[in-house]
Amino acid sequence: MCGAPKQGGSLAGIDLSTQTVIQGSVWHDGAPVAGAYVRLLDGTDEFTAEVVTSPEGEFRFFAAPGAWKLRALAPAGKGERVLEAETGLNETTVVIA
Amino acid sequence: MSRTDVLVTVDWVQEHLGQPGIVFVEVDEDTTAYDGGHIEGAVKLDWKKDLQDPLRRDYLDKTAFEALLSSRGIANDDTVVLYGGNNNWFAAYAYWYFKIYGHRDVKLMDGGRKKWELDGRPLSKDAVDRPATQYVAGEPDLSIRAFRDEVVAAIGTKNLVDVRSPDEFSGKILAPAHLPQEQSQRPGHVPTAINIPWSKAANEDGTFKSDEQLAALYAEQGFDDSKETIAYCRIGERSSHTWFVLQELLGKKNVKNYDGSWVEYGSLVGVPIEK
Repeated sequence: MCGAPKQGGSLAGIDLSTQTVIQGSVWHDGAPVAGAYVRLLDGTDEFTAEVVTSPEGEFRFFAAPGAWKLRALAPAGKGERVLEAETGLNETTVVIA
Repeated sequence: MSRTDVLVTVDWVQEHLGQPGIVFVEVDEDTTAYDGGHIEGAVKLDWKKDLQDPLRRDYLDKTAFEALLSSRGIANDDTVVLYGGNNNWFAAYAYWYFKIYGHRDVKLMDGGRKKWELDGRPLSKDAVDRPATQYVAGEPDLSIRAFRDEVVAAIGTKNLVDVRSPDEFSGKILAPAHLPQEQSQRPGHVPTAINIPWSKAANEDGTFKSDEQLAALYAEQGFDDSKETIAYCRIGERSSHTWFVLQELLGKKNVKNYDGSWVEYGSLVGVPIEK
């Protein structure tokens, strides 16, 4: 299915020896941002996926090893984070300025 | 057919809330979004529970579609305005579906739920109950739906537009990156397909790019106006978004959506695949 599943929660049942998980939360003014739109862009800045953050501001993507960019969009503004992901769990934070 | 016949703005929607003869419909895979707050008066359609046949992999047959729309209080002469999450992917799929069954007046709300939310527009949690109707659907219009054999026959002859992300096209990943990647399909794409991701047709807020930008996009990517076209993605909703752009916004002729898409094609025995 292509619809975004509920964000946050446990990684139970996900094989971190094969999956490349990029997850974290979106923050603004010292608090997590619920309902922010977070996009995962590939190494050429092309859209790969988008999710809406949980009530705790969390997001999660299943990607592949390599360079990625996260871009968050919320009524409060925008934020970006570039990262190099490896197989397994990659945790990060995106701050909306 | 022009842009204003098939697309309405969020302002237009807000000005027409509660107007008789217009039904707003939120279409999502995950309907918790609707339950947490929806456009006032909008009914919901669950992409999976309501719009897919519960047994076969197919959309609803005519009788089931009639029963669904009747139960939602949608009449044949209503203007249906669709919107949803995921940049209107599922709303675009529903648009294509309403067209398959011949609904006369159907439109998308430009930007979908995302644009509405980012603008801080009001959402309602009130239950919506419309009186049932007696909806009568047309026979399915298969001129806008492609099946697998047509896709194989289209290799090297038609525009095959793969609207998935470049990493799905190249076979690096098998699904959009918000989903686990363990699946049975072979990764890759249909030979001779051109990769024009659906996302290139949309702005960051989920609205469609201008007609001029869209016309330039497909021309630059090698889309041949003299050929017939089949668009596909993974399960047929992102390619509905592109089908909408090509046929409804740009007025291109003979465009079909292959809703079997990569989940079907990548599982077929013996068909050619390119990576």
